[in-house]
Amino acid sequence: MEKLTIEATVENLATVTEFITSSLEEKNCSMKTIMQMELVIEEIFVNVASYAYRPNVGNVTICKEFDNQSITISFIDSGVDYNPLEHEDPDTNAEIEDRDIGGLGIFLVKKNVDEISYERKDGQNILTIKKNF
Amino acid sequence: MEIKKELNGTTLTVQIIGRLDASNAQELTNELNASLDGVKDLIFDFANLKYIASAGLRALLMAQKRMNKQGSMKLCHVDETVMEVLEMTGFADLMTIEN
Repeated sequence: MEKLTIEATVENLATVTEFITSSLEEKNCSMKTIMQMELVIEEIFVNVASYAYRPNVGNVTICKEFDNQSITISFIDSGVDYNPLEHEDPDTNAEIEDRDIGGLGIFLVKKNVDEISYERKDGQNILTIKKNF
Repeated sequence: MEIKKELNGTTLTVQIIGRLDASNAQELTNELNASLDGVKDLIFDFANLKYIASAGLRALLMAQKRMNKQGSMKLCHVDETVMEVLEMTGFADLMTIEN
């Protein structure tokens, strides 16, 4: 398992994305899988960067682990207790004026991974996703 | 991301080149806020937009709400990857898309 610990700020988005996509490229994953994972990483990381430590800044640790057919990634932060999976999915059929943008990011995450789980442990939020190649 | 704008009468064409993500979506919103006065038709040319995340969708939604009040908005030349995100989120049904 490899780890990256970095300040959770939007400016670090490219570094975090690169940490994951470089491995996917090495594994010869399809462009489609790589793009889907970019989206997943962005939505999770930006969520942590925007809310976990507000108004302060803190770290997030990203762990990646591979087996032959999948990648498992965990995002660990010590910010406020927050389970994004409890967020209700947005109504994708709502009319435009009723469209609320909240929850769209985590909805996109759920749509693009094969497994997702959340746990609060020792004062940390741990969000783990698994994507099959 | 690079934004190219072309105003032709009351039609504004906005070409977005690269990626529309959390690091630059606000830039697009600012750019639009500064350019939409008097615009009746807003056209986004997405031929060179390769990636969109929820922050980008938020910027599009704000633009669509504004254009509903003052005219029309459409998306053109939408790339396959971007289209998938628009479809997944129901945005494809909310917006006019011409390819």
